[in-house]
Amino acid sequence: MANIPSDLSYTADHEYVKATDDPNVVVIGVTDYAQDQLGDVVYLDLPKVGAHIDAHGTFGTIEAVKAVSELYSPIAGEVIEVNARLDGEPALVNSDPYGEGWMIRVRMSDPSQRSTLMDSAGYAKHIGQ
Amino acid sequence: MSLSDQTPDSLRRTPFYHFHVALGAKMVPFAGYEMPVQYPAGITAEHNAVRQRAGLFDVSHMGEFIVRGPGAVDFVNHVTTNDVPGLAVGQVHYSAILNDRGTFEDDCLVYRADDHLMMVVNASNMTKDLAHIGKYASRFDCTLTDVSYDTALLALQGPQAKRILAPITDVDLDAIEYYRFVVGQVAGIPDVIVSRTGYTGEDGFELYFPNGAADAMWNALMAGGGVTPCGLGSRDSLRLEMGMALYGNDIDDTVTPLEAGLGWIVKMNKGDFVGRDALVRQKAEGVAKKLVAFSSTERAFPRHGYPVFYQDKPSGVVCSGTMSPTLGIPIGTCYLPIDGAKPGNVLEIEIRGKRVVATVVKPPFYKHGTHL
Repeated sequence: MANIPSDLSYTADHEYVKATDDPNVVVIGVTDYAQDQLGDVVYLDLPKVGAHIDAHGTFGTIEAVKAVSELYSPIAGEVIEVNARLDGEPALVNSDPYGEGWMIRVRMSDPSQRSTLMDSAGYAKHIGQ
Repeated sequence: MSLSDQTPDSLRRTPFYHFHVALGAKMVPFAGYEMPVQYPAGITAEHNAVRQRAGLFDVSHMGEFIVRGPGAVDFVNHVTTNDVPGLAVGQVHYSAILNDRGTFEDDCLVYRADDHLMMVVNASNMTKDLAHIGKYASRFDCTLTDVSYDTALLALQGPQAKRILAPITDVDLDAIEYYRFVVGQVAGIPDVIVSRTGYTGEDGFELYFPNGAADAMWNALMAGGGVTPCGLGSRDSLRLEMGMALYGNDIDDTVTPLEAGLGWIVKMNKGDFVGRDALVRQKAEGVAKKLVAFSSTERAFPRHGYPVFYQDKPSGVVCSGTMSPTLGIPIGTCYLPIDGAKPGNVLEIEIRGKRVVATVVKPPFYKHGTHL
């Protein structure tokens, strides 16, 4: 069974959004279910700090042994930090997707967009769990 | 992210299916079978286990044909490219099944036993191969029997393979050279074909036995510990690191062995065989393209089907490609015009609109395999 923390928000494309102490800033990554389906992640193409990302737009790609996938942004905003550790340790996405395997930290341009995302129950239903 | 679900529909299962499911393997449709692509440890861990210790692959989906009778050697010699009369009893060789155009119907292994031959073919081509070679069988005094669905096949691969197999068999493993086989008892099962072959570049054995003995064999091989169950994912990355061809990726019915760099399994002087005339013509006219191995220093994951450019002109697609787990660099194969097929030459691979530079190298990519 995939781990689906109840304090996160989710997209149908298997990204999660995690709140931070700053109400306008969130952390984005991919879910435990996604990393399990993808298998071993070998590298990621992530945006640079300062990049603007759009809701539902791509913000990067994730290369796993089996397949490559686009990463879709759950919300719009500016990238204020990128997880540099993933450059050398992409497998952190597999081993700790909600923790050390986080991908980008984003200052939202419209925090109300978060209400369009699924909660953990909705996401669990979405993946048939 | 987009994830696609594959729904198996009326697929065959090998006799090891219940072990795969119990171990938590991801099962995928492959050549009409439901096969494990990986176990929870993951493809990279399985790959490394085979390079460093030992892995166990269920490859029971492979096809096996038995050929018997006074004309058996001549028949197999006619429908394959390698020198079958030159095979000693107890010897195996790699070979190809061609059509009249000289292109691959399949690649295969040929085993010579004292009173019969066995051809081992790709599961995806089994039915096609049987129909194809069956057309020629009536010209020879032999019988051709498909035993694919009755035969289980496990590949125990890795530097520790011999140490793991030795305690459960009465066969003298040290006496089996590379690409040789004996028939003996393993795990209490009589008449197991113990073949010192594999698709990984490491030392190892392929074991052929009846489906009914599947549980006993699997349990005996796993009982001692130190064996990692491995799926099709690591099988593919292991064989690619060795530059071994895969039908459907590197070779198919659009290319000849001369183009695929497999001229060494074609014995032009052995007499007539299916496809020989076409190869004679191709040799006279000159081979126009050749399969090459490439690697890159860039961060890229070349995948099957990505466009390839040589001197800025399209040159087909990536045949096989991966991020080499052992070497940590992108590796792959593709066809290049013959004048470009030299180590050191530069080509480009288009990955999602961006061109990535790669260099032709001499295979194998991984040069420290423990195979004999």
